[in-house]
Amino acid sequence: MAGPSRKSGAKAEGRATNGSSKAAFTEAFDKDLYDGGDKYAGYSDSIAVRDDDDDDAAELNGRKLVGQYTASKDIMNEFASGDTAEADILMSRGESAQIQSRQTDYQKRQYDRALSPSRDGRSYKDVMKEQDVEREEARVQKLIEEKEANGGNEVLDHVPLLKDGVAAENGNKTPPMDRSSRRKRRWDAGDEEKDEVKIIEEPKPVEAPADKDTPMTDAPEPASKRSRWEKTSADEKKPKEASAAPVPSRWDKAVAPSASTAPPPPGAGQTPHPTGIVPFAFGTDISSRNAPLSDAQLDALLPSEGYKILEPPPGYAPVRKAVGVPQLPAGYQGYIMPEAESNSSLLGKQLPAEIPGVGDLQFFKPEDMKYFGKLVDGNDENDMTVEDLKERKIMRLLLKVKNGTPPMRKTALRQLTDNARQFGPAALFNQILPLLMERTLEDQERHLLVKVVDRVLYKLDDLVRPYVHKILVVIEPLLIDQDYYARVEGREIISNLAKAAGLGQMITVMRPDLDHADDYVRNTTARAFAVVASALGIPALLPFLRAVCRSKKSWNARHTGVKIVQQIPILMGCAILPHLRGLVECVVENLNDEQPKVRMVTALAIAALAEAASPYGIESFDSILNPLWTGARKQRGKSLASFLKAIGFIIPLMDEDFANYYTTQVMDVIIREFETSDEEMKKVVLKVVSQTAGTTGVTPIYLRDFVLQPFFKCFWVRRMAVDKRNYRQVVDTTVDLSKKAGVAEIVGRIVHNMKDESEAYRKMTVETIDKIIALLGVHDVDTRLEEQLIDGVIVAFQDQSVEDPVVLDGFATVVNALGERTKTYLPQITQLVLHRLNNKLPAVRQQAADLISRIALVMSQCGEEIQLINVGQALYEYLGEEYPDVLGSILGALRAIVTVIGLDSMQPPVKDVLPRLTPILRNRHEKVQENAIDLVGRIADRDPKQVTPREWMRICFELMEMLKAHKKGIRRAANNTFGYISKAVGPSDVLATLMSNLRTVDRQSRVCSAVAIGIVAETCQPFTVLPALMNEYRVPELNVQNGVLKALSFMFEYIGDMARDYVYAVVPLLEDALIDRDQVHRQTAASVVQHLAIGIVGLDCEDAMIHLLNLVWPNIYETSPHVIDRVIAAVEGLRNAIGVPVIMNYTWAGLFHAARKVRQPYWRVYNEAYVQSADAMVPAYPNLQDDVYRRHELDVFI
Amino acid sequence: MADKLRAQQQLEALQARYVGTGHADTTKHEWLQNIQRDTLASIIGHPPMLLYQSIAHGECREKTRIRLLERMIQPVGPPPEVRNSSHDNQTQAQ
Repeated sequence: MAGPSRKSGAKAEGRATNGSSKAAFTEAFDKDLYDGGDKYAGYSDSIAVRDDDDDDAAELNGRKLVGQYTASKDIMNEFASGDTAEADILMSRGESAQIQSRQTDYQKRQYDRALSPSRDGRSYKDVMKEQDVEREEARVQKLIEEKEANGGNEVLDHVPLLKDGVAAENGNKTPPMDRSSRRKRRWDAGDEEKDEVKIIEEPKPVEAPADKDTPMTDAPEPASKRSRWEKTSADEKKPKEASAAPVPSRWDKAVAPSASTAPPPPGAGQTPHPTGIVPFAFGTDISSRNAPLSDAQLDALLPSEGYKILEPPPGYAPVRKAVGVPQLPAGYQGYIMPEAESNSSLLGKQLPAEIPGVGDLQFFKPEDMKYFGKLVDGNDENDMTVEDLKERKIMRLLLKVKNGTPPMRKTALRQLTDNARQFGPAALFNQILPLLMERTLEDQERHLLVKVVDRVLYKLDDLVRPYVHKILVVIEPLLIDQDYYARVEGREIISNLAKAAGLGQMITVMRPDLDHADDYVRNTTARAFAVVASALGIPALLPFLRAVCRSKKSWNARHTGVKIVQQIPILMGCAILPHLRGLVECVVENLNDEQPKVRMVTALAIAALAEAASPYGIESFDSILNPLWTGARKQRGKSLASFLKAIGFIIPLMDEDFANYYTTQVMDVIIREFETSDEEMKKVVLKVVSQTAGTTGVTPIYLRDFVLQPFFKCFWVRRMAVDKRNYRQVVDTTVDLSKKAGVAEIVGRIVHNMKDESEAYRKMTVETIDKIIALLGVHDVDTRLEEQLIDGVIVAFQDQSVEDPVVLDGFATVVNALGERTKTYLPQITQLVLHRLNNKLPAVRQQAADLISRIALVMSQCGEEIQLINVGQALYEYLGEEYPDVLGSILGALRAIVTVIGLDSMQPPVKDVLPRLTPILRNRHEKVQENAIDLVGRIADRDPKQVTPREWMRICFELMEMLKAHKKGIRRAANNTFGYISKAVGPSDVLATLMSNLRTVDRQSRVCSAVAIGIVAETCQPFTVLPALMNEYRVPELNVQNGVLKALSFMFEYIGDMARDYVYAVVPLLEDALIDRDQVHRQTAASVVQHLAIGIVGLDCEDAMIHLLNLVWPNIYETSPHVIDRVIAAVEGLRNAIGVPVIMNYTWAGLFHAARKVRQPYWRVYNEAYVQSADAMVPAYPNLQDDVYRRHELDVFI
Repeated sequence: MADKLRAQQQLEALQARYVGTGHADTTKHEWLQNIQRDTLASIIGHPPMLLYQSIAHGECREKTRIRLLERMIQPVGPPPEVRNSSHDNQTQAQ
């Protein structure tokens, strides 16, 4: 960074000395203080060519040549670390694309779930039992954590207090339980034996603590260290204890297999280890130095007597990890000799760019190796079983779908879908689902895989049953993704799954998760259940829901049940109305649940139901009104917030009297909660206030007497404006209140805030007033308030430190609403604007110009034309503005003034303004272009006579460039302006310009010129244009001819039925175009025919149209998509012009032609006709003489 | 390839919406059946036509309507036996 600036500094100095007499900024005037003389002596006087020159030229004699000002180090490094650290763009680009990078901690809990074993062999009972065990485990775990948090560390002996039942009989000390064995036990019954072995063995360590004289027993450090070794080599312990002989070292074990096998052939494929061990390149792995010592090493190091080996306390997980080294893979035991088939031989090898049998992929990530490694192992496919081959086939297809190019992906997806039933669910899902569980998945990959699941699901139908839970585990997290489309995809799949598996199966599978120990699982399951309800219908699920919500067994189940009821209306909206009563009855009792969490979620569910049902269905809520309202008086804190929320949604459903009564019942609670400091509560309270204010039953008088006073006291304070969320809520609620209480009432209370010292607060006030007045007008604002209003907005407008559109909008709204009442204040406003137009800040000038364009209409209504003209004159002088945004606003303001006062009274006169605009049209800034073209177009439209034709032609040339603009609005405006100008100065000159444009190379400008010719033809009658155009067609140049055809196409599109007079004139030209060898030619001619034919429907030109049809018809065999589309469109147009039967006569011939290539296009024509005019085809169908096929109805004759 | 696929999908969508549309593998029998149904539907859909038919048959309009509606079930008889299986596969694939 210092390099270039130094160089330019040196250059500047050089320039200063030999050029002007002025001193350079960088010149040191205190030369005499330093060693004088020629300071350039010893420098090369040309710019350094070699890079390394820079470094030593920078500092000479310890003094820099150029004053260098840089930020202090801590400022420079501010974003390098800590919370504000910015990610390294290059390093993390790949990672940031991954889904997990944007997931919250809660969402990341999806990775904690494992795919459940498939349910083939297990009964529902087994699953439920398992759930119980898991829950118990979680409970125990929690107890332990609590214990530890409450000072469990003080236990000196580190003997865990939790014991296995059998061992407890041993005495006062109990053996700790091995966590790993506990985990295993749940899955396989075979472990029972192992447990017994353990129990027998375990007393041994228990005895050890008994001899208290052993030194160091109490020292916690070796104990905990020791425990970690234990953990890593749990299974090694048994042989050690069984035989007193020295433990066989790891070394022997690891070397043994490798010694027997030959060294791996270089480049041979490997199967990566399923645990995904991180491979290290040889010699680069320094982790061995930091690795924990192995048991064998420790045994050698430490004395074998006088020590005891302590058990790790239950729940102990080592927290200490070596810093700065790669994480060691589990079971790492130091360097292991490479074996064949071991993934350490992956080291340093490039990832394959091409997988055999797959082709070029877009990318291949290291993680993919884990799943697709089999494809590169180089085994011969000839000696594989059918199952293996199938597996590989699926793998290949999946890889193509996930990593392939779009066309590859498409075919692979198609194959997967078509063959899904042959592959079978097991083979498919065993590969797809683990892929979806991968942590490093990116959005696109996930989307594609989910798509695969969706398609496969559709094909497999009821075969998916055994995999329902597995699929759910993978798909449920999508339901709480931030990405909307991911959520939709998730819903889609679950609903398809539900339809395929059936309600019974879904309930059986999801029931155990309802009271799962993990609230993440419960939450996602509830959402999934709601999707099932929407897929299979609410009534089918209602009995089950009722049972779950009343579950006696655990409050977790009740909580989840109510949550399902909450999610259903969120998902289905008003579709719940027919089942509203049933749903409400499900949750009614939970409002008084003993668990506060259940009460809360019940209130939220009722709120969701009421919101979805609005404005109907109050009768369904009858049963919960009483508990809800009494509950609101009893609850505090979070659950009160949810109760109030429910109340807020129910009140709008009630009729007047009830709404009034129930509002008064709850209002004192709400007003009490105005003063809360809880953000959530604030939000709820504000929402409830605006909801109640919206109901008819609540009167303005009531609001004024009871609500407004505390509301303004609590919410209209400065600190509310600081937080964006509060800000929005308060503004919205205030606007809602004003709808009932009236403008004057509300605005009067806040108008003085526009002069507040806090800018955010001023802005909040202006925005509120803007919204209120835009909504309700100012009819009840009296003179005094009116003064305050204008005064306030002017102050707010003037005192902006950052120009904000909110304030501008507020200003414009107030002025426009007051209308003629603004007259007295206008001089002041005009002065303000003119003053600010002079400001040196571009944003201020821009805003001033914008304000003019917003209030120009009001100014003319007030009879302040003179003022307007003055402003116009000032604006005219600012046309030299250099900031494009400001210039655009100034042009916009000028346009507004011209619109209001008319071109004649404009000062300076239009003929002076326009020449100034011509060069501005060359500006490439979109805003400038848009406003300039609009202004020019307006002048050309209203009063083109004021400007000389010469000037108009000049503008025409400038407009030509504008036809290339990116923004459609600009291109359209430019085209329209062409029309106006050609009307003013006659089409011939404009046309000549446009025609010459047809010869340019640039396609866009040719197209736009063609459009412009079409417009000119429309505004100046086609006969002024057509001869020149047809003449131009004689130019033997493809582009020109095409341009002419395109212009004709646009022309006929615009002139519609005017085309009737020109049909016979253009037919020869079209004839020529339709038999041209060039495809594009025929394509464009076809679109001319289409527009022509549509224009003259019913105007008696059938003969010409049949002629054109004969020329168009052979083109239906075209295959290029653009061409064939136009040709079909032309046939459609002609069908309208000459009637369906004629076209049908052409079509019958090919519908059953022997060649498929003929049948296909003919059927396309047939289908188009069928879609658009099936009824008209009935008389045209062929009448067959065969007795069966004959349409006897048509023979009926009276 | 992609275009072909898209065209195929569009055709499928079209046929899901309009039963009477056809494709290169539509048999004459299917087509004629659609013709019959379209004709009957057209008569039913135009009250004057329906009245004309009912007067000609000397029955009330509703009876004619029902009769015509019922005629729409296999208006040209059951589909002919398919001779070669390869053709059958082709139509199924569509």
